[in-house]
Amino acid sequence: MFEIFGIPSQALFGQLLLGLINGSFYALLSLGLAVIFGMLHIINFAHGAQYMMGAFAAYLMLQYLGIGYWTALLVAPILIGATGIIVERLFLQHLRGLDPLYGLLLTFGLALVIEGLFRNNFGSSGLPYQVPETLRGGRNLGFMFLPNYRAWVIVLSLAVCLLTWFAIERTRLGSYLRAATENPVLVRAFGINVPRMVTLTYGFGVGLAALAGVMAAPIYNVSPQMGSDLIIVVFAVVVIGGMGSIMGAIVTGFALGIIEGLTKVFFPEASNTVIFVIMAVVLLIRPAGLFGRHA
Amino acid sequence: MDRVLDQPGSLRRRQTSRSLEAAFAVMVALLIVAPFAIYPVFLMQALCFALFACAFNLLIGYVGLISFGHALFFGWASYLTAYTAKAWALPPELAILLGTATAAGLGLIAGGLAIRRQGIYFAMITLALAQMMYFFALRAKFTGGEDGIQGVPRGRLFGLFDLSHELTMYAFVLAVVLAGFLLIYRIINSPFGEVLKAIRENERRAVSLGYRTERYKLVAFVLSATLAGLAGAMKSLVFQLASLTDVHWTMSGDVVLMTLLGGLGTVFGPVVGAFLVIAMQNYLAPFGQWVLVIQGAIFVACVLAFRRGIVGEIANRMRLRL
Repeated sequence: MFEIFGIPSQALFGQLLLGLINGSFYALLSLGLAVIFGMLHIINFAHGAQYMMGAFAAYLMLQYLGIGYWTALLVAPILIGATGIIVERLFLQHLRGLDPLYGLLLTFGLALVIEGLFRNNFGSSGLPYQVPETLRGGRNLGFMFLPNYRAWVIVLSLAVCLLTWFAIERTRLGSYLRAATENPVLVRAFGINVPRMVTLTYGFGVGLAALAGVMAAPIYNVSPQMGSDLIIVVFAVVVIGGMGSIMGAIVTGFALGIIEGLTKVFFPEASNTVIFVIMAVVLLIRPAGLFGRHA
Repeated sequence: MDRVLDQPGSLRRRQTSRSLEAAFAVMVALLIVAPFAIYPVFLMQALCFALFACAFNLLIGYVGLISFGHALFFGWASYLTAYTAKAWALPPELAILLGTATAAGLGLIAGGLAIRRQGIYFAMITLALAQMMYFFALRAKFTGGEDGIQGVPRGRLFGLFDLSHELTMYAFVLAVVLAGFLLIYRIINSPFGEVLKAIRENERRAVSLGYRTERYKLVAFVLSATLAGLAGAMKSLVFQLASLTDVHWTMSGDVVLMTLLGGLGTVFGPVVGAFLVIAMQNYLAPFGQWVLVIQGAIFVACVLAFRRGIVGEIANRMRLRL
């Protein structure tokens, strides 16, 4: 046991780990928001609700069908992503060409509907979800105790983020996607089905949120309002990072998680608000955001 | 945009101002009769929210800026008024003034930050700033945390009128809300308001014409925040309560819904929207979370089917300005 800046190392590293976990979720969610925004020019307010739906999908599958964590990790994002595709086809595609405000208002309405329905059925209290058996326990790293599941969440989140970055920035499909973001009409002229690409992009972004939800289920309790508070923080993260860059969203997400964790150690009263304060400072110094290209 | 110089334009302007005057007269008449038929506390609540929605509409309807954090001004003004009226035993007019001034100050800070970005970023920034101040309200000692500030005395207005009497309070609320309503109407029809509309239609063009649009936007934001604060201050005296609900993001969502349902950028829309939403919340309260579901569904329906809102649709059908 040793001390750093007068803080026991256990506490310091414990909070750092917690910060990294939060950062994993910030990164996954802001990544999904950035991907959706790039193609649809819509801020998906329902993102938090879809994250919550992912967690509930995992919970319900275990409770009623006996389907465990590993299957849920794969199936829940696909299921919730499919609901996202329906939402895009039913609602969002009619908003193309309108002021982006309407997309924000519509997805906000959807978030209220989803949260209300889940609160009706499951109440407001949290429901527990067990850590999968293979990931129980943890290891002692000498300077701190690392629970296996938490290590898994960080590794998986990093992997998914980097894979998404690779798919968008380095593959042929990704180049179509980026081209369609820049100039959809021209890309259509080349014979690429842009509307379908938009639909699938929304589905993918929603799937990412649901994946984050499944990963969060064993850490936080599963509850209908788990998404709405988180999404506001993620919005601040997005404002800080700027939505122009995929890597920017990932880096900002993890970095802010860590900063939040450190604030819990050194100045616990401010831990809830530190991200918002950083947002205000960034707006003063660099209004376009750290990775943003234009205001 | 109406032109004053050419004949048909000025004729139309005279007609529209007549339709507005008629609608205003009907509204005032209804509101004077209403407390004898309907529970006054409900009416006062709806009136406060009508002012809140009108203040919000000033920003979204006439400048095209959507704030998702207006609960910040409503709620903090509510806290300050409740606190000063109870702990410092200030008379109601001073307590309301202090609450409203607080909202103006917060509006200056939040507006100064938020207008640095546009469009949906503006919405996200205002939401985030409001959430930050929500956490402050949760932690701060004077707000009473989860309990809020209860049992706020209504006091005697100017030392003359006893506001604990329901109808006196109602008359006071009605007078303040109508004054706020007329002030907003005056603002949007002033030369300043015309510049705001120009910014909404084409900001770059307004800049090229030599307008410092940032300043106009900031002033509009502060005005909107101040009037939202006035609404919150009145509300805390009506209910004799200031609580976390007033600063929560759901309150910001409620005011967006009222304005959208009534009609963005219409004069009477926010009032109609506020009465409908407050009525719905009161009547549906026993059904628990269904209120949330129905409100969300109204959002979706408004955006997809009638973006003009109720008053906007009526005005459009009758070719009037309402």
